[in-house]
Amino acid sequence: MNIQNMEKTRKQNSSSIKIFRDYLIFGAALAAGGVLLLIFPDKKEAAVTTAWSYMREMMAVLPAVMIIMGLFSVFISKEQVVKYLGKASGVKGPLLAIFFGALPTGPLYIAFPLASALIKKGARISNVVVFISAWACIKIPQELVELQFLGFKFMGTRLLLTIFFVILMGLLIEQLAFQKKQKHVHTR
Amino acid sequence: MKSAVILINALAVVFLVFAFFKDREKTRRSIIVAARSFLRILPLVLMIIVIVGLFSSFIPPSEIMKFIGAQAGWSGILAIAALGAVLHIPALVSYPLAAALLQSGATIAPVAAFITTLTMVGIITLPLEIKELGIKLTILRNSLSFILAVTIALIMGMIL
Repeated sequence: MNIQNMEKTRKQNSSSIKIFRDYLIFGAALAAGGVLLLIFPDKKEAAVTTAWSYMREMMAVLPAVMIIMGLFSVFISKEQVVKYLGKASGVKGPLLAIFFGALPTGPLYIAFPLASALIKKGARISNVVVFISAWACIKIPQELVELQFLGFKFMGTRLLLTIFFVILMGLLIEQLAFQKKQKHVHTR
Repeated sequence: MKSAVILINALAVVFLVFAFFKDREKTRRSIIVAARSFLRILPLVLMIIVIVGLFSSFIPPSEIMKFIGAQAGWSGILAIAALGAVLHIPALVSYPLAAALLQSGATIAPVAAFITTLTMVGIITLPLEIKELGIKLTILRNSLSFILAVTIALIMGMIL
């Protein structure tokens, strides 16, 4: 735990430098945009109108998305995820993997050590692959923002296709590279 | 469009109320985490908004269509899928960008390819993934994800 906390503070320090850098880059982009619009004043109205409409749409959801993610990251412990997924089997496996992956609990680099813990606990490789993929690309608040910007048809189709192919990929990777382990699981 | 905004905010309120009754201390910590991530993602969001604004007024739709429109075809899809795999920007930020591209003449397939590889394939996180999961699993997962992302994009281009 102590090492984890140290790691955390180290990450926080480096991330505050990164945030500062990001604001600087944004300031530079804004200044460059301003200069560009001064040179081409006829483009100004279209650019400002478009930017403002996206700004309003983004700010209408961003605080709520962050709150949902914050709540899940604090309330759902990594131990719970490992506990439930580690022993999940059969059809329940991939479904639970998608469910836990889709819960908004933080960036992808948290998922790798979790996945590694799952493998050590004897979870099926296919479920672990599904879990990482779902964590990466099927997040509940993200899907809702996708719905907002790209519409129901786009978001829904992409979501269904992604779930289908991610499960298929999990099984394929297990077959391709980890046949021994899978046989081991079967004979258990 | 608007119902999604209401849905997201309603969800946040419901979760927040529920969490508050369950554990006040944890809820307080969650809000701090949320505020910190908000400040972290804000410059990226603002930057994308500036870029989208400039993009839409300076680059005519005909130019966008050449690269990722109906005429572009395979090479356009593969190029933008590769771009999505290399870039390391949050999915949240990519949606307004995708919407702007679609509005100015891009077709469904390349836009879907971009969003999908952006999240599924992570070139920048490769070292970390190799460290935790081994080189075999990492290479298999990322290369298959790339192929699947392009497949998903092509199917979406056909049916939407």
